[in-house]
Amino acid sequence: MIMPAHPPSAATTDPWRAHAARIVSIRDETPGVQTYELEFEEASVRTGYSFAAGQFNMLYLPGIGEAAISVSSDPDHRGTIAHTVRAVGNVTDALTRLAVRDHLFIRGPFGTPWPVAAAGGRDIVIVAGGLGLASQRAAIEQLARRKDGGRTIVVHGAKRPAGLLYASDYARWRAAGIDVHTVVDEGDVAWHGRVGLVTHLLDDLPLDPSATTILCCGPDAMMVGVAEAAMPRGVSPEQVYLSLERNMSCAVAHCGLCQFGPHFVCRDGPVLRYDRIAGLMRVPQL
Amino acid sequence: MTPPFPGSWHWLEAAGLQLVIDALRRQGHRVVGPQVADGAIVLRDLVSVADLPTGWLDEQDGGSYRLRYDPNAGTFDHVVGPHSLKNFLFPARETVASFARDGGAWTQAPPSVAEPPLAVLGVRGCDLAALAVQDRVFLGGGYVDEAYKARRERLFLVAVNCRRAAATCFCHSMGCGPTAGPGFDVALTEIGGRFACEVGSDRGAAVLASAIAAGAVVAACTDGEIDAARAVPRDLAARMHARQAAADGPSPRSLDTHGIRDLLMRNLEHPRWDEVASRCLSCTNCTLVCPTCFCASVQEVADLSGDQVDRERHWASCFSLDHARMHGQSVRSSTASRYRQWLTHKFATWIDQFDTSGCTGCGRCITWCPVGIDVTEEIAAIRATDGAAAPDAERGTP
Repeated sequence: MIMPAHPPSAATTDPWRAHAARIVSIRDETPGVQTYELEFEEASVRTGYSFAAGQFNMLYLPGIGEAAISVSSDPDHRGTIAHTVRAVGNVTDALTRLAVRDHLFIRGPFGTPWPVAAAGGRDIVIVAGGLGLASQRAAIEQLARRKDGGRTIVVHGAKRPAGLLYASDYARWRAAGIDVHTVVDEGDVAWHGRVGLVTHLLDDLPLDPSATTILCCGPDAMMVGVAEAAMPRGVSPEQVYLSLERNMSCAVAHCGLCQFGPHFVCRDGPVLRYDRIAGLMRVPQL
Repeated sequence: MTPPFPGSWHWLEAAGLQLVIDALRRQGHRVVGPQVADGAIVLRDLVSVADLPTGWLDEQDGGSYRLRYDPNAGTFDHVVGPHSLKNFLFPARETVASFARDGGAWTQAPPSVAEPPLAVLGVRGCDLAALAVQDRVFLGGGYVDEAYKARRERLFLVAVNCRRAAATCFCHSMGCGPTAGPGFDVALTEIGGRFACEVGSDRGAAVLASAIAAGAVVAACTDGEIDAARAVPRDLAARMHARQAAADGPSPRSLDTHGIRDLLMRNLEHPRWDEVASRCLSCTNCTLVCPTCFCASVQEVADLSGDQVDRERHWASCFSLDHARMHGQSVRSSTASRYRQWLTHKFATWIDQFDTSGCTGCGRCITWCPVGIDVTEEIAAIRATDGAAAPDAERGTP
């Protein structure tokens, strides 16, 4: 049986128990995308809550519904957590109507983390398509403090320059020794960077394949493209991790909606090793 | 007379079975058992043994269910109807969380636990196997469904050993029957108008003792009688394995499960998925009657003021387009892909997830499919043409 990599935190033994959280700040990111900084109301939850980079929470608005959203803040920062959200549906639209000091409810954290703790001196290449970077920011913040000698490279692609996420963080990440590369599908007059696909940028990146781990998050087709591009470079499929997105109601492998082959994306994912899903990703409508 | 104990066998007459029901009700149980209603044998609240479907037989086949009265038939010679334990332990509609707004602030109400314990009469081997499968889903996967757990811990099971199989039955192929157990509190084997009653648990012994105290005449079975009772489902199993036709109808189905997980997973693009999709109506019946299907979605149900919200969990089905909806589109837009999801989950990926098949061979999905699609036939067809490539080399189908 596949067991959860991370047991539920002490705060969530009843998987349906949600905890009230207050919006501390709202930051506009890219068009239609905001980052909400949240603080749990109950002191015991505030101190008891911890998550690993790559895990997600269920954000709940009573009467409206729930949405699964990655935690985007530094896991080692205590007190508040952050979620970067694009308004694309019922719940995320309703979120945009909330203001600082308003409340929502949180269940979590859920799911498997990025293998950051196990990096062990390896080069970590973080490949993000659009909002995918939101699920990797927690890992980047931890890797910004790494002292194991491994390199950290961020390759971030967006449709347009205005869609590049967390642009104000790049200088700080670079100062911490992280290589940050950006690429857009379509430039504008002010854009002097690269135009094209993240896979092209990856092709030009000098890699030591035996020492490289790739963490990728974006649309399914983009992730398959990245993984397939990494294979001929000699990167092992066991060193490529993808974060999948599926519809879900429960986040605890009970509702069955998020199944992808044998995997419950909520519990066995969202971060899944490519060698375990490569065959499934090639089957349409699985 | 020795008092009942786990492992003891006793003869029970119909009057004694009534006293068992009475004893369960005295203990505060809601007792549910098979009864004829709306042209089918369904599980309903049971007060009297007179309400059991004595003399009724169910003739089942692909897309067909008919009741027939036979004065020679016993009380439990029907097999399984559209209901299963799932309807009671994992209800089709259930509030999983409640929120109330008072002066602008929302709070979550503590879960309510106001249900009486449940006792179910007439549970078959396939039903017990399905219960064990759902236990793995709701109790064994790292997260516990508290409401299911509360019901499960107090559940009292009166099992029945089958002595007849319907044409849709294939529990013998799945290793789930027709012998009931383990997991029952009491098991009945009907012989000559009375029941050989095997005690399966301390609670079962206590209920039987309570019935005896109320006047039930309960003679101990002799070793020979126990052997004869044990032979009843064993003989049926032998007939099912031999695919012998019953006196009253066609022979039961069977399924070759050898290497079934790999068989299905290496045939994800087999043309049979398109073929079955041309018949499948995507109606979701199979998933609703399946005793192990557990998919569900949660909906917000608010009162008129909007200050009271229940989060209601409803059964969902992988045959609905909403099941795997993402960014306004269904991941599985074709019927072929949805049928493939149901069949491969039930018989293949379920094994990865829960170390057991999701199928118990109860045959409900065959009977209640309006067009009579038969999982045993579909799997046999894929096995017979293992490795066949989809005619359309282009991806996009199924």
